[in-house]
Amino acid sequence: MISFILRRLLQSLIVVLVLSLVLFIGLWLIGNPVDVLISSEATEADRLAAMKALGLDRPIWEQYLVFLGNAVQGDWGTSFVYKEPVTRILLQRLPASIELALVAFVIAIGFAIPAGLYAGLRPQSRLGRAFMSFSLIGVSIPTFWQGMLLIVAFGIMMPILPVGDRGEVATHFGITSSLWTLDGWWHVVLPAFSLALLKLSLLIRVTRTATLEITRLDYVKFAHAKGVRTWRVVFVHILRNAMVPLITVIGIELGNLLAYGVITETVFSWPGLGKLLINSIKVLDRPMIVAQLTYTALLFIAINFIVDVLHMTIDPRVRAAMGRRST
Amino acid sequence: MSEAFFEVSGLNTWFFTRTGTFKSVRDVSFSLRRGEVLGIVGESGSGKSVTGMSIMGQVDEPGRIVSGSIKLDGEELTTLSFDAMRHYRGRRIAMVFQNPLMTLNPLMRIRDQMFEAISEHEPASHAEMQSRCIDALRSVGIPSPEDRLSAYPHELSGGMRQRVVIAIALLLNPDLIIADEPTTALDVTIQAQIIHQMRRQIDERGLGMIWITHDLATLSELADRILVMYAGAMMETGTTADIIGSSRHPYTRKLLESVPSLNVPGEKLRQIRGSMPSLLTLGAGCPFKDRCEFATEACAEAVPERVFSATHRVWCHHPIEDDR
Repeated sequence: MISFILRRLLQSLIVVLVLSLVLFIGLWLIGNPVDVLISSEATEADRLAAMKALGLDRPIWEQYLVFLGNAVQGDWGTSFVYKEPVTRILLQRLPASIELALVAFVIAIGFAIPAGLYAGLRPQSRLGRAFMSFSLIGVSIPTFWQGMLLIVAFGIMMPILPVGDRGEVATHFGITSSLWTLDGWWHVVLPAFSLALLKLSLLIRVTRTATLEITRLDYVKFAHAKGVRTWRVVFVHILRNAMVPLITVIGIELGNLLAYGVITETVFSWPGLGKLLINSIKVLDRPMIVAQLTYTALLFIAINFIVDVLHMTIDPRVRAAMGRRST
Repeated sequence: MSEAFFEVSGLNTWFFTRTGTFKSVRDVSFSLRRGEVLGIVGESGSGKSVTGMSIMGQVDEPGRIVSGSIKLDGEELTTLSFDAMRHYRGRRIAMVFQNPLMTLNPLMRIRDQMFEAISEHEPASHAEMQSRCIDALRSVGIPSPEDRLSAYPHELSGGMRQRVVIAIALLLNPDLIIADEPTTALDVTIQAQIIHQMRRQIDERGLGMIWITHDLATLSELADRILVMYAGAMMETGTTADIIGSSRHPYTRKLLESVPSLNVPGEKLRQIRGSMPSLLTLGAGCPFKDRCEFATEACAEAVPERVFSATHRVWCHHPIEDDR
């Protein structure tokens, strides 16, 4: 287990390094941020001065090394636009994104797994088919459009839910979040549902397929043949085995929720990371972009690690395979 | 001989699909006495496995038992719901499946899978279940059963896993065991060991067994009586000696001619030409008539039952009278 963790850490380090290098070169190819930042009337001298101030006059490899050196010490640079340390801005925005993602995640999992399980166990039933139709609609509608529809439905035609902003926030245990207040919850419901809809629909289908496949297997028939109660067959034998493929999908989807809430955050003007990323890209705020995409990479690395650990916990065969590889 | 404790009569199990009704089991009847092994033999699609699942009350959708009766010690089982049947499954009727690599839940330790078989039927302390499981594992020839209990299925070989499955089937001392090709997936030496173990358990415990297989050679060593099925219907039934030594049905003869160990070494094995008819388009006549060399126009009519002895019955218009 320890060798597995060490190996993973080393792999992760390499991934982050390569990613930051690709990012750096990619952004350098896109264009010079100074052209976007300074006004069009500025002289060539002003332009050079601005480049010098931002460190853009130095060769690309030198810029990269300076960035790496600082990043290791926790300094991810200063935003070109906000003139503030990038890490501080990120930490300000992070809670909003995380709270939205977590609520969406709970909605998605809480509905998709029972619904998918039911649809898999009773594929011919009316309710099972209704879940499938729902999920087909869910995966087919683009997120921005269903977001706008939700705003029209619940904000304008039936104005019962707020449709923008986080609402009231409060700070407990050093975390500022709207989930501490009732008004905040009121605000988070609609965007969270909008964000959850696609994942939810996808997860219903994955859960149903896994359940259908496993129900046909001999060990489920054998569990019935032992006289095991139906609910126990479903939860101990079928669901647990279905979790093996599900966990991978759930992990990826959680990562997507945390990193790519861009569209939903834009539609519902949610002050999270997604909106920040879009704005940063528009003005080529290099340090912001690099920091955010690195955060995304780290997030996925962490989630993949957790998924692997969960697989090892659930499935003894994976445990055995990991053990063999590390020795 | 004792009275039959288990009786199937006029069993029909059909599958209602969009393409039509598959009559997988048609008018199958047999009975079983304690300590007796009934072999059901047939090709794939002959309805032998569906017969087994019908007895377990575990016919998959969209199939169901259309008519007939299954009686265990006089109790009718076909009228019971799936959940009511649960009290019989594992406790009175146990089942062993074909592929031991697929029969055990890969995520659960052997201990939990065995304990579950007991605790779902009767209250028992941990220590009591432990000792019962160890005894069961030992009785099917598993060395150091204490250690095997904490193993996961993937840590055991195929033969070991099938022994575990058999041990689970024996745990609650059932009256009847249905074994659906339990040795097909194993290599020959392990096969012989397991067949030997099974026979011993049946003799010692006086339980009845239905051994479903396509392998007549195995049955000739193990079974007391044999039922030959084809396309969902009974072709011939009799004692093992009746079937192996003096079969009357052309289909049984053909089957016997295709078994290497039951024929003269060096002689060519004969295969049965053609293939099984679709279960969708079966008429009233003999399902084997298109592949049968004795077939006449009469074979399209309802098949008569011919009784050759108290044990030996054949469903055929033109049974073969001379001994093989």
